[in-house]
Amino acid sequence: MSTTNAELLGGLAAALGNGGIRIVDLTHTLDPDFPVIILPPEFGQCARFRVEEVSRYDHRGPGWYWRNFSCGEHTGTHFDAPVHWVSGKDLPNATVDSIPAEAFVRPACVIDCSNEAAADEDFLMTPEVVQAWEATHGDIPDGAWVLMRTDWSRRTGGEYLNMREDGAHSPGPASETIEYLLEKRNIVGFGTETVGTDAGQAAHLSPPYPAHFLLHGAGKYGLQCLANLDQLPPTGAMLICPPLKIKHGSGSPLRVLAMVAGDGQ
Amino acid sequence: MTEPLKKPPRKDPQKRTVSPTLPPASRSRKALGFLVAAAEGRFALQQCDDCQTVCHPPREACPKCLSMDLVWRDMPTGGELIAETMIRTSTNTYFRERTPWRTGTVKLDAGVTVMAHIHGDVKQGARVRMIARTDKSGKGVMMALPEQETDKMADDRQLRELTCDPKHRRVLVTDCRTASGQALAKALSEAGASIVFAGISEAWRPYQGAASLTAVPNVEIVPLDLTDTTSVKELAGEIGGKVDILVNNAEYVRPGGALDRDDVVTARDEMEVNYFGPLRLMQAFGAAMRSRGADGVNSACAWVQISSVYALANWPVFGCTSASQAAAVSLGQSLRGELAGSGVKVVNVFSGPLEEDWRQPLPPPKVTPQVLARNIVGGLQQGLEEIVVGDVAKDFMRRFREDPRVVERELTGIEGI
Repeated sequence: MSTTNAELLGGLAAALGNGGIRIVDLTHTLDPDFPVIILPPEFGQCARFRVEEVSRYDHRGPGWYWRNFSCGEHTGTHFDAPVHWVSGKDLPNATVDSIPAEAFVRPACVIDCSNEAAADEDFLMTPEVVQAWEATHGDIPDGAWVLMRTDWSRRTGGEYLNMREDGAHSPGPASETIEYLLEKRNIVGFGTETVGTDAGQAAHLSPPYPAHFLLHGAGKYGLQCLANLDQLPPTGAMLICPPLKIKHGSGSPLRVLAMVAGDGQ
Repeated sequence: MTEPLKKPPRKDPQKRTVSPTLPPASRSRKALGFLVAAAEGRFALQQCDDCQTVCHPPREACPKCLSMDLVWRDMPTGGELIAETMIRTSTNTYFRERTPWRTGTVKLDAGVTVMAHIHGDVKQGARVRMIARTDKSGKGVMMALPEQETDKMADDRQLRELTCDPKHRRVLVTDCRTASGQALAKALSEAGASIVFAGISEAWRPYQGAASLTAVPNVEIVPLDLTDTTSVKELAGEIGGKVDILVNNAEYVRPGGALDRDDVVTARDEMEVNYFGPLRLMQAFGAAMRSRGADGVNSACAWVQISSVYALANWPVFGCTSASQAAAVSLGQSLRGELAGSGVKVVNVFSGPLEEDWRQPLPPPKVTPQVLARNIVGGLQQGLEEIVVGDVAKDFMRRFREDPRVVERELTGIEGI
């Protein structure tokens, strides 16, 4: 006897209640001192996360505490919409407020590159790495997120952007990998632990910033500054990542959660 | 020779911090002309435009010909100490706490005889060099110094009441990611500051000069980002009670006026650093400094704000930046009023174009970080409230004092662009 959809949801609720399904938080705290991407100074820059207190049980508001915050659409753990990049500027439903909500709850495939990234800070994930992963875990299914685990989220301070005089040094995907994921597979988006979906030196790849250029040109989404990817299984996690519904938004900070099978009943 | 100041001992936690008391503060409106010159380190007296008589104390009309045309003119600073006394008691609280206090009568080369504070190294009947400075009340006073430099003369306790000497004081320099901040930290350390707190924002981004900055004696790196209220408050929570001199050198400079830009993003960034930055500093550090204006050898004494001289009259080439710095200058005026009576001076530094990245296309002469630092430390040692740095700024100021509206028209005319 097949399970009805209503029963499926009921089972999910039960599993969430008894630990059968756990929630993993993949989000960094929005902190004023969390790194943002650094562009050449003559370009416009990403706003840092900032907070100003409005009242705190005081003369400004005796019974309540609240604050104003400000940041960019690409500050902290954040979502990139296709319109973020020039290659996606004319696509339909390319802004965060117009993307169909179904895209925000999708399965995730986690490709562990943490050893490679530890050995080579400029590590580029090639199609061969993806194919080797698929040989073990099966093909990346339609409509899945591909998350590149590097353990980069454990880095703090200057080690995170890893800026030197020739720019940032951090791992990311090779152009061919993005092409593979778009042409041979039908992913919904690509996510990383680094400050962007592209490698630190991706300005020197062809095309420059291939993850941004190719993904968004194909109407796909990006997630970056993810954390805790080491707590996800290679397959089987369900990603929940709705960005704020900002009118014409190019992206948004967000809370990224994953449902994973737990030890409960 | 002056007895050298000893490094103050650590504060006795059982002793109440001494509240600032003040020397007499009442002056006539006319007399404020003396204060304005004193704040700039100039020794100016009233002179009658009709009969050329020099007069002091300040008057409404010439004591000789009754002309109303008395103008403030810089005067020769030489004189002779003709009488002196040591005050051993006073009904004025400020002096009562500071007796014995040396005072005397000086016959000035300028033609008048004046009452003045007397430096301890001046010999009886000797030739003296006069200075005009602002005192703890923020009012202009005269002091007679030895004609020639004497050993450790800056340590004279009466002179030190008029100056903001960094020696044995603890200084916060707000932005040491920059070459100017690093030069300031070094110069202040060399001037005897006991600690230089060197503010560094966004430690996750590397910056040039980090290694040499940490090698400067008495420098202590502290996290500080003027665009982040939390960061400013957290630092004040740690060191707010021991910042004696605050030097705000942070600036956000971008070329362009209103029509050169398509948005207010850059203008907001300018305001965040150039205007809200000092405002946040004031809210976090101001009250503690105000309460520590008489806190011994290392009392709080100076709030230093560095601005481009174009804060005073807008240069449209850097139009939006100039506007944001003008806002900061206005805010500094408010702060001066709020700190009045605390003994803490608001020191405005007006600089010509600095030798730094965003002013790279501008022609020389430009102000190097070292020259900026030397002028600021020198100005603090002298007790100035206005420090003008570089040829461009000096020329600007000379013309600005003649007629600010002419400067404004020149800068905003076709030839100014």
